[in-house]
Amino acid sequence: MTRALVFRAALCALLLALVLRPDWFVPVFAPFAPEGGPVIYARASLLSLSLSHLGLVVLATVAATLVAVTLAILVTRPAGAVFRPLSRTITNIGQTFPPVAVLALAVPALGFGAGPTLVALFLYGLLPIFENAVTGLAALPTATMEAARGIGLTRWQRLWRVELPLALPVILTGIRLSAVIALGTATIGSTVAARTLGEVIIAGLLTNNTAYVLQGGLVVGLFAVLLYDAMVQLETRLARRFGNLTGG
Amino acid sequence: MIEIDRISKQYEGRNVVDSVSMTVETATITAIVGTSGSGKTTLLRMINRLVEPSSGEVRINGQPTGALQPHELRRRIGYAIQGHGLFPHHTVGRNIGAVPELLGWPGQKIRARVDELLTLFGMEPAQFRDRYPAELSGGQQQRVGVARALASRPDLMLMDEPFGALDPIIRARAQEDLRRIQKTLGSTIMLVTHDMEEAIHLGDKVAVMDAGRLVQYGTPAEIIQRPATDFVAEMVGGVDRPLRLLSLVPVSEIVEDGPAEGAPVQTSTNLRDALSTCLWSGRDALPVVRDGAPVGRVTLGAIRARAEGPE
Repeated sequence: MTRALVFRAALCALLLALVLRPDWFVPVFAPFAPEGGPVIYARASLLSLSLSHLGLVVLATVAATLVAVTLAILVTRPAGAVFRPLSRTITNIGQTFPPVAVLALAVPALGFGAGPTLVALFLYGLLPIFENAVTGLAALPTATMEAARGIGLTRWQRLWRVELPLALPVILTGIRLSAVIALGTATIGSTVAARTLGEVIIAGLLTNNTAYVLQGGLVVGLFAVLLYDAMVQLETRLARRFGNLTGG
Repeated sequence: MIEIDRISKQYEGRNVVDSVSMTVETATITAIVGTSGSGKTTLLRMINRLVEPSSGEVRINGQPTGALQPHELRRRIGYAIQGHGLFPHHTVGRNIGAVPELLGWPGQKIRARVDELLTLFGMEPAQFRDRYPAELSGGQQQRVGVARALASRPDLMLMDEPFGALDPIIRARAQEDLRRIQKTLGSTIMLVTHDMEEAIHLGDKVAVMDAGRLVQYGTPAEIIQRPATDFVAEMVGGVDRPLRLLSLVPVSEIVEDGPAEGAPVQTSTNLRDALSTCLWSGRDALPVVRDGAPVGRVTLGAIRARAEGPE
């Protein structure tokens, strides 16, 4: 436990240093930079790129969560069950469309910038959240649901007080997958001029500067690892509190 | 008083419950017993409208259940089921206080009620109030489930195989608890079970269901002595009938004057246990005491006379 904490703190510190004090890493990245070329990306501050990158990911994930969970709630009601295959197809299409294609198609409609990236991340994030929310809401302990009805909870009360809280750990897993995918995918947004950490990577690729590529990749990777870890922690804490869900 | 008036339920043209009428007195336990598929659970679930009756009506203290919104009706009727159905994400206290909370009781009153019920069920409030259901044993979870059903002092409590998931020893204790608590609170309880032993033991009245129909409704003694149909006779178990009958009668009913040797039995002991004591200790008569004072004896012959069938 303590070793895991130390490791986590070290990763956080490394990430903060990379973002806030990139100059410290000149000796590390210098061997990868072209002869006489710049070692540290300086056209924009890494901090502002990181914030804008995270902002896009958060916005897209929140929107995908709202839509996917609402859809999952609708199709797990008796009246909405017939729409389950249809909604599954729609979210599946969102997932199979390559993000790059979405970007290319969205640019004519939304112009360059953050817009097309948000659309791509949103569509890409729907499926894992939807699938997990449907699983979570469909696999609730029957005795608990029967009792909830039997003691006089209304439909809304059952949803808010029992179904969603009990499905929450499973839904969170979906949100985690979605957010981590979005964190990586957001980098390609820079090809259509969204401000993300992808800018650093793309600049590196265009100028044959491996130091830039490493820098951008490392920051995105660390964000992804730490986000994943934080959400796993949250899920385990919730799951532990509920104990055995089947309540045998 | 609960009046069930010619209530029926059809599924796909088949009568699952077929025109059942019965009246349940306040402050009694009524056990509905039958094999699986007899319609006993459907009958119970029609009382709190988890299943809507196809025809007929149920009146609770004269008021038809159809007059209320289903969720409002259910808040007035306690409901306890097999496998307890507790909310795993709520503490024991919140689980028990669920219905009072729905009814808008003030927090102070809910807390007092939760503690009162936990104490009644022999669970120290300070120790159990803030635990989660997963941290309790099966017997404790079941007690919390029954406590939740009783929390709002309902007019009626429905129990669907409440002890079905418990092992025999815990089950016997849970049945004793229920009897004691029902006496203390004066609750009206309707309980579904497939176990005739449990029905006879717990019920002031026993209702036997077969193929959707109520085939007999009477006191446990009536059911055992004069089963209405072959099915009821089979349910009360041929060879065990005399013993079941004896288990309903306390020693005080047949105590007589006279001497007897050996360890005494209480007046409240049932005749089956008294018979068992006679056989085990090889005696023909047992001394009887009430609160420690001798009141006479009970003889093997007198016990045998009470165990004889009607013809």
